[in-house]
Amino acid sequence: MAYIMIFITAIFVNNIILSQFLGICPFLGVSKKISTAVGMGLAVMFVMTLATVVTFLIYYTFLRPYHLEFMMTVAFILVIASLVQMVELIIKKTSPALYQSLGIFLPLITTNCAVLGIAILTVQRNYTLLAGICYTLASAMGFTLAIVIFAGIRERLERTEIPAAVKGTPIVLISAALLSMAFMGFAGIAY
Amino acid sequence: MNKTSLNNLTRGILRENPIFVMLLGMCPTLGVSTSAANGLGMGLATAFVLMMSNIGISAVKNIIPDIIRIPSFIVIIASFVSVIEMLMQAYLPQLYSALGIYIPLIVVNCIILGRAEAFASKNNIWQSFLDAVGMGIGFTLALTLLGSVREILGNGSWFGWSFVGEDTPTMLLFIMPPGAFLALAGIIIVVNKLRGVK
Repeated sequence: MAYIMIFITAIFVNNIILSQFLGICPFLGVSKKISTAVGMGLAVMFVMTLATVVTFLIYYTFLRPYHLEFMMTVAFILVIASLVQMVELIIKKTSPALYQSLGIFLPLITTNCAVLGIAILTVQRNYTLLAGICYTLASAMGFTLAIVIFAGIRERLERTEIPAAVKGTPIVLISAALLSMAFMGFAGIAY
Repeated sequence: MNKTSLNNLTRGILRENPIFVMLLGMCPTLGVSTSAANGLGMGLATAFVLMMSNIGISAVKNIIPDIIRIPSFIVIIASFVSVIEMLMQAYLPQLYSALGIYIPLIVVNCIILGRAEAFASKNNIWQSFLDAVGMGIGFTLALTLLGSVREILGNGSWFGWSFVGEDTPTMLLFIMPPGAFLALAGIIIVVNKLRGVK
């Protein structure tokens, strides 16, 4: 039951983008087409889960026992950056097809604050490894859900006549506000 | 001060304002701007890291091999973030808990890595310092402005100083997540008008 709660809360109620504001850059940057949004979502899901597992293990095997908690930020960002690089190399070598579709998103993910943010939150909230993985997967699904819906909205916006004053960034932000409002409706199920 | 220096200093404040014009560092911008004080605190923290990292990176740029440039920059930035994190925890515990997860996330703020890569790795220490000061001021002003708009509309107060009656209804929406997007959209519309963008 606890795991189901973590899942629902992380996907809908505390959606990582629309209510926690983590990962806004890719949300605004790579959401022009549904197909790229799906690719970005899958890449984030993969890297984020891997990153949380690795940082979790590092935190509890090295940082905690040696009282190096203050090094968390430095250690985590280094681990995530090198992990992303490694994943990129491995995918390039083993599956060129997957690399074609996900590869371009991987370098972008290093500076995606969602990955570092979720890794830190998992540790800060004292989750067990399983709960942490559950939380990360759900957050990444929330990310994918939000970015894909948003890409759908933007594809339609392309074909709409928009007043000159709000063209470009403002209309994108206003649509994001409306989407965020819609997600606030889920707040009722939090307890 | 000669013309280039002045140019480097003022560029970030309006013309290339990191938030309103370049749209960098969106996560902390939207996440912590629920009140003017939070916006100011976050802005100053980021400006400090930006200044220190620009100076540091500019000082060591010639001894870092090109191929490991980015990881080295990230380590330098992360160290300064840890410094400010610990300082804040010790001296400003209230602000520290209000900003929460966004403090360690200064590391992945694209403004800082962006300036390191685009400016500090190519220019001398003094110019990099000026660039960081300008960008820092621009970022802080933008965050404070956004925080003020949200606090005034959503809470009827400014820097905690309330100017409406106790039971006056305020537009609560503006301190909730959707309000962040809406307020930023509104400000960008005004800024675009002022800059004469069509």
